[in-house]
Parts: sequence; structure tokens; C-alpha cells
Amino acid sequence: MINNGGKRFLRKAMSVTRGNIFASGKGIIVVGAVIGVLAALLQKMGNPGNMGVCVACFERDIAGALGLHRAEVVQYLRPEILGFVLGAFLAALSFGEFKPRGGSAPFARFLLGMCAMIGALVFLGCPWRVLLRLAGGDGNALFGLLGLVAGIFAGTLFFRAGYNLGKSSKGNYGLGFLMPIVMLGLLALRIIFPQIPGEPKSGVLFYSVKGPGAQHAALIVSLVIGLVIGVIAQRSRFCTMGAFRDLLLFGQMHLFSGVAALLVAAWVTNLLAGQFHPGFQGQPIAHTQEFWNFAGMFVAGLAFALAGGCPGRQLFLSGEGDGDASLFVFGMITGAGIAHNFGLASSPAGIGPHGVAAVIVTLSLCCFIGFSNIQRSKV
Amino acid sequence: MVEKIDARGLSCPQPVLLTLNKLKAMGSGEVEVLVDNETSKENVTRAASAQGWSVTQIREDDDTFVVALVKK
Repeated sequence: MINNGGKRFLRKAMSVTRGNIFASGKGIIVVGAVIGVLAALLQKMGNPGNMGVCVACFERDIAGALGLHRAEVVQYLRPEILGFVLGAFLAALSFGEFKPRGGSAPFARFLLGMCAMIGALVFLGCPWRVLLRLAGGDGNALFGLLGLVAGIFAGTLFFRAGYNLGKSSKGNYGLGFLMPIVMLGLLALRIIFPQIPGEPKSGVLFYSVKGPGAQHAALIVSLVIGLVIGVIAQRSRFCTMGAFRDLLLFGQMHLFSGVAALLVAAWVTNLLAGQFHPGFQGQPIAHTQEFWNFAGMFVAGLAFALAGGCPGRQLFLSGEGDGDASLFVFGMITGAGIAHNFGLASSPAGIGPHGVAAVIVTLSLCCFIGFSNIQRSKV
Repeated sequence: MVEKIDARGLSCPQPVLLTLNKLKAMGSGEVEVLVDNETSKENVTRAASAQGWSVTQIREDDDTFVVALVKK
């Protein structure tokens, strides 16, 4: 029996989402919780600590696998990322939401992707990993969370002032297939050149022999979980940046409830799996420099806000055929290459030799893109 | 007179931002919001409902969703 309140709730949910149960208030909570549990389980099954699914870390590892940087400890072609795009692609195709599009300030989005990655690597994680680090008891992530929220808040100030990267337009149907094809190509490389135990290279791909890049779940496990997350995140529009942006800009809790569910679910799973270790020192793949944890994530939060989506959301949008989101993704991968080649990325010992310069330069670039795209006249 | 907002081609959070600015300026009346994807349709509907506007109709013409909003 459903009471009247329940009926009203259901009617309201249906009227908003027209049958897309994933995008309802309860749907987004379930999706967040499922992602949280799966991420924590991936850690149990081999992925690095508090890094079950960190989009920035995994794109950085992919950059390493392709030799775009040669940091030996972070080279692995992470199947989760491929799954995210391909899952979103399949979901979008199945539900009539596959819409090839692009042309909204593509180069600005590429550069925002680079800035986001460079900032994220000063902190050592993207918004997804902020949550997973908190769920694992890493207190340093509190400063990352503060930086993330502050950066997104700065982004909302740009939006209030009239910031807008302009309209995208419909693209030829085939253009939408490019990103999924690239992901299938990477998957083919991963299958043709599997890891050889103890060897740093297999065919054209680089592999880590030690360090976080050497820690990973089995290919099929990573790929299937990636696909599942890709499907449910596309349906629910899950976005870790949008969660805070909508709360700050509109006072809306919808996406935030999904992110909160991820945090709680990952935390509970960690507790049950013996993966919860509260503290600041000696946390997996983390450093204790509070200010730079804050500042790195501030840059990343601002860049994600200006580009309209967290790194996960950009992958899901690219699977729907959004060429601008695809460029953002490749901006992030390029940014990862530069971050490690130039010594901008942090390590557990602390920020990199040029981490300070990295924050200043990327913050300046984000601000330039923000100020230079403020349109006074209404669209 | 039905006011129109064309948010086609705009990415998050622009469609919601434009809609809420318009709804706030109008206070009450009738508005049609044009969007070109499911996500924006859902977001606009959710945001307008939270402001006390009701969705009277959602039409789909080609690649455009027309979300009709009204507040008495």
C-alpha cells in the first residue's frame, strides 16, 4: 500500500523525470551508494588505497601507459575509464539520448581540462577521490574538500556574473562515435599487450612494476564495474561538481544527495572491509601539506565548474556524443603528461618541485577564461 | 503573452540559470523553455517545480523539448 504522501511523491518524481527512475530523488541516492560500494570493493580487489575509482588518477595512469609521461609508478591503462565512456554510450544509445554535438569553445574546454588535472595532481585526486579518501579516513582530504567547494563557489560567482562558453550545435551522427571508438581502441591495446609480470613494458604499453600503477583489480572486474557505473551515471546525470554547484547556486540538494550517498556507502563498505584508517599521517597516496591540498583542489573545482562537469561527468557526456566533453577529457590526459614531465604533480612526500608555479599558472588561466567569457547581454 | 527562453545548445547550469532568472523576474505567468536534451529538460522541470511553478506540458519537436511552465 502506498499512502497519499507516497503517491504525491511518486507523481512528482515521475513528472520531473518522465519515467527515468534513475533521475528521481531516490534514484540518484541509489546510484551514488552503488558507486560508493563498488569503488570501495575495487580497492579490496586490488586498486590502490582510497582510489577505487579516481577519474583524474586513472586518466593520469592511462597517460603513463601510453608514455605521455614516464613516471614509473603510475602507468596502467585503467579499464574503468574505458568502461565509463562505453557504459554511458550504450545507455545513451538505448534511451535515445545519443546526441552528437560540439563547438562550444572547444579549445577553452581543452585548457580547462589541463588545468583541472594539474590542480588535481597537486592534491592527488579528483572530486571522486576526495570522497573516497574521506571515506577511508584520510583527514588530509578535508582540505581538498574545502578547496573543491571554494573553487566551485568561485565558479558560481562567474556564472552569476554572466559567464557562458556559448552554445554547442548538433554534429553529424558519426562524430558521436569517435570517443567510444577511441576507447575500444585502447581496450584492444590492453588486450593485445597484456601485462608481463615484472616487466615495465608490453608491446607499446607501459606498465608499473611497483607503486599505485602496479595495483589494480583484474581487467574484467575493472571493465565490468566501469561499464555498470557508466550506465547508471549516464541515466542519473551523477556529477560530483554539479552536486556542490547546484547547492551553492540554486540551493538544490538533488545531485548533492547522490554524492553524500557515495561518501556514506564507501565509508560503510570500508568499515566492513577493514579499510577505514582515520588519521593524517601515512595515508595512501596522499601528502600532508594542508594549504596545497586546498589550493590544488581549488583550481580543479574552479576548472570543473567553468567546464560544466566533474571529470566523471565529462566522460559520461563524451559517451553521449558530446565532442566538447571529449576534448576536456583529452585536456586532462595531456595535463597529466605535463604535470609529471614538468614536476608539477605531488607525491606522498609533498608537492612537486614546480607545484607552486603550477597552481599559480593554472589558476590565472582559469580566471582569464572566466573573466573573458562573461556576457553582459542575456542569451 | 507567453514568454520564451531558448536554452538550446547550452550546457549545465545555463538552462536552469536562465529559467530561474526569468521566473524570478516574472513572479507569475506563463513561460516556455526550449531545451535540446533530456538532462536540461529534467533540470529545468525540477528547478521550476521547486519554485512553485507547475509544468503544464512537455512537447517534443524534432530535437527540441518545449517545457511549458505556469504560475497563477
